[in-house]
Amino acid sequence: MGNFAAKVRRQPRYIDLDLCTGCGICADYCPIVMGDAYRENLALTKAPHRDYVQAVPASFYIDPEKCLFHSHEMCRICVSACQARAINLYEQEEMLDLNVGAVILAPGFGRISEEVLSRYGYGRLADVVTGVEFELLTSASGPTMGNIIRPSDGEHPHGIAFLQCIGTRDVSCGNGYCSSVCCMYAIKEAIVAKEHAPDLESSIFYMDMRTQGKEFDYARQRAKEKGIRFVRSRVGGVQAKGKSLEISYVDEAGKHLKEDFDMVVLPEGLESPPAAQVLAEASGIELNHYDFCSTLPFSPLKTTRAGIFVAGAFQGPKDVPESVTDASGAAALAAEVLKEARGTEVEAKTYPAEIDIEGEPRIGVFVCSCGTNIGGVVDVQSVADYAATLDNVVYSDTNLYSCAQNTQEEITETIKENRLNRVVVAACTPRTHEPLFQETIKDAGLNRCLFEMANIRDHCSWVHAMVPEAATEKSKDLIRMAVAKARGLQPLPEQKLPVTQKALVIGGGIAGMTAALNVAGQGFECILVEESKALGGNLKRMRSTLTGDDPKQLFQDTETKIRSHPLIQVHTEASVEDVSGYVGNFITSIRTNGSSESVEHGVVVVATGGKPYEPTQYLYGKSGQVVTQGELEERLTKVEGAKGINDIVMIQCVGSRGEDLSYCSKVCCGQAVRNALKILEINPSAHITVLYRDMRTYGFMEDYYQLAREKGVMFIHFDKDDPPEVTEKEGSIQVEFLDKIMGERVVLEPDLLALSVGIVPSRSEALSKMLKTPLTSDGFFLEAHPKLRPVEFSVEGVYLCGLAHGPKPISESVAQATAAAGKACIPMAKGYVTVEPIVSFVDTATCIGCGICEALCPYSAIRMIKVGKRKKAETISASCKGCGICAAHCPSLSILMGGFTNEQILSQIKALMG
Amino acid sequence: MGESKSGSVMVVGGGIAGIQASLDLSGLGYQVYLIEKAGSIGGVMAKLDKTFPTNDCAI
Repeated sequence: MGNFAAKVRRQPRYIDLDLCTGCGICADYCPIVMGDAYRENLALTKAPHRDYVQAVPASFYIDPEKCLFHSHEMCRICVSACQARAINLYEQEEMLDLNVGAVILAPGFGRISEEVLSRYGYGRLADVVTGVEFELLTSASGPTMGNIIRPSDGEHPHGIAFLQCIGTRDVSCGNGYCSSVCCMYAIKEAIVAKEHAPDLESSIFYMDMRTQGKEFDYARQRAKEKGIRFVRSRVGGVQAKGKSLEISYVDEAGKHLKEDFDMVVLPEGLESPPAAQVLAEASGIELNHYDFCSTLPFSPLKTTRAGIFVAGAFQGPKDVPESVTDASGAAALAAEVLKEARGTEVEAKTYPAEIDIEGEPRIGVFVCSCGTNIGGVVDVQSVADYAATLDNVVYSDTNLYSCAQNTQEEITETIKENRLNRVVVAACTPRTHEPLFQETIKDAGLNRCLFEMANIRDHCSWVHAMVPEAATEKSKDLIRMAVAKARGLQPLPEQKLPVTQKALVIGGGIAGMTAALNVAGQGFECILVEESKALGGNLKRMRSTLTGDDPKQLFQDTETKIRSHPLIQVHTEASVEDVSGYVGNFITSIRTNGSSESVEHGVVVVATGGKPYEPTQYLYGKSGQVVTQGELEERLTKVEGAKGINDIVMIQCVGSRGEDLSYCSKVCCGQAVRNALKILEINPSAHITVLYRDMRTYGFMEDYYQLAREKGVMFIHFDKDDPPEVTEKEGSIQVEFLDKIMGERVVLEPDLLALSVGIVPSRSEALSKMLKTPLTSDGFFLEAHPKLRPVEFSVEGVYLCGLAHGPKPISESVAQATAAAGKACIPMAKGYVTVEPIVSFVDTATCIGCGICEALCPYSAIRMIKVGKRKKAETISASCKGCGICAAHCPSLSILMGGFTNEQILSQIKALMG
Repeated sequence: MGESKSGSVMVVGGGIAGIQASLDLSGLGYQVYLIEKAGSIGGVMAKLDKTFPTNDCAI
């Protein structure tokens, strides 16, 4: 650990990465047309190609299997066609010897074999497509440009069937596990298809709809409202019937039905990655029985070999947010292992010194075609010609893809050659691409604020696609405005502020403790604040897990480590009273036992947790026979606990998914299965009936659901609108429900009724206000971006994990807490934060000190100070997001926005008016 | 541990997980070797048109 030697085989690309400009002439000249494997062979490509236009690296590469030179030693036409002389067909593979301190394995997942897909007609019937193929058909950049057509005849389908659980939850193909993502992506594809063609009818045939992720059930609900049909069923097969496809299936009542569709989509599951075995052997790690990476439930990111970590779907099927979370967590664990070596092998990127921009503005305008995305509508050449006529514009040209790596380099050169001191890019949206272009002009020695963007994609080619001339004229207007603003742009300094290398973790449950240990493990001080008397949170109450691991042991081990870590300071019976400051420099007042203490810290991790929902339904609290799964879990710790209970009924989703709580709590299905198995362990003759809406034993949990069914546990589905009824008769409870297969109402008189209750968030309104971190409508904290920034807040320096983010099992809380700690350590490891130059600036000479700006600022980025005897506003640059609310409301027009001064905006408006 | 630790990390796989791990490690002060077998990074997510549940663009 800390020192691995890795051998890496580098395959030849045959095209030099550094020399290739990505122009594509090699592909134009290449005579070999081949199926484009990247596009599932639904499109054609050439032997030299790149997978997609925004590919990184942007350089082309040659497929040696199809290249005539490699197969027949002939042709070589690309070599002479390439003006950059980047092609070397003799390139050999190379062995690299790397010395690394840690390894993260993230090889992704594999695809379900065609043999399995063929059971549903795939390969035999042209209109049966995989989920990935359908994704490409709906994609604007796909082979049909988003036109959804049947592969057999090119016609638009009207009825599409999505068949779930393909190659997954299917022991017959060796994949007993649930792939966790297919329900979601099928719904997404059905919604997207409906958006493309409103008359399209999609039906999703499923066993359980597993939309257990945060806010996912809402999307399912929206899909239903949009007319997507959900059919709980088991599909038997797919047959050709004339031009249509006939699906045979068994519905909930056990009826055999047949239905015709124009197209069938197989949203196939995730397989272990094809290289799993080779990778496992090379890295000395173990795989689980499905050939995914073997990990322990309480340390989900550690492989069986110390110093080697895992992230993404190799650990088990998972979606993007969880993959991103795991990745940040794995990075945090690697950083913990290597803390002594931090910074020893990195080179900081350097930029040329900033050029003095005194004198006349020399503006360069770059007009982007974005392939056909803009160029297909807007006449980009005439727009560029027009731009050249504007005052101060000394350079103007078009680019095929302005964001491509080679174009970036060209722009840098152009700036230098033409001594440009302001740059305008007319392309897509600054929301996604402004930072990229700012980086580019920085490379050319310009301050990044000397940049302006005109969005001629969203505002012209997209919205006016039907009227290209008008779109072209509007593009000219937008560029004229951008140039007018650019004339007045001034360089703004980038400030660096020091970071206090100490973290505050709020909440001492498993998430908070895990986060604190990683922060301290990376060598930073950490204050852990817990509201109650003891650490441990919900973990303290947990007695067993589905996998047979001991939560008590986890609690004891973690608490011991926390208590003995010299860098961790624990405050119990403590609460956060007030938070001020900004990333790198927070000051928090912590109240303990009636006295307050103020601490300085650089970052905050929110791990305030949640608690079990307290039911009022189904006679809970009124009958001693009715317990929650948590109470049953406690009871089952002793053998006597299961004695005398032979008939048990469990009810799922009590209070959840549309009752008191609108969401799914993710853990209750697993709890029910675990308790059922535990009871059978003690009392094998017990009769257990589980009444459920969707069994959501996603991932490898499915094995235990399967096991419970094999052991005789009865799982019976009920609808939300027809829940079971629980009554008490002569001191004994009765549970009545509809058994759909028998088609009649059944009454059971169990010895015990266990209610599967969800998780409710801790009351977080006060903390949410203090930190300016929003909550969802369900009361959980809302992350900055559900997919790409799952453990961060939009407020910088504040991070999120555990149940405070949403319901989840221990393993996911641990992964997420590690991820949050890793993110929190980034500013601390850097030691400084850079401040966005586009911040507000208060002119104290004219400020009247009214305080409106301070009250309105959503980021607490304005404070009132005393200047002499008068009150004045002041911007806390590090907290300011540049939203401009303060400037818009200032009654004395004393607040200026860097990069958006009144003069700049007025000159833009004047340019529009002509 | 007698020998000194290396300050670099190898990340195997350049999909969204590998990319995120690499970015975080570089932010934390480590040199990263990102190993990808395909011609470009991005993995499966780069192939997606939209993402559930918000239908945001995946690129």
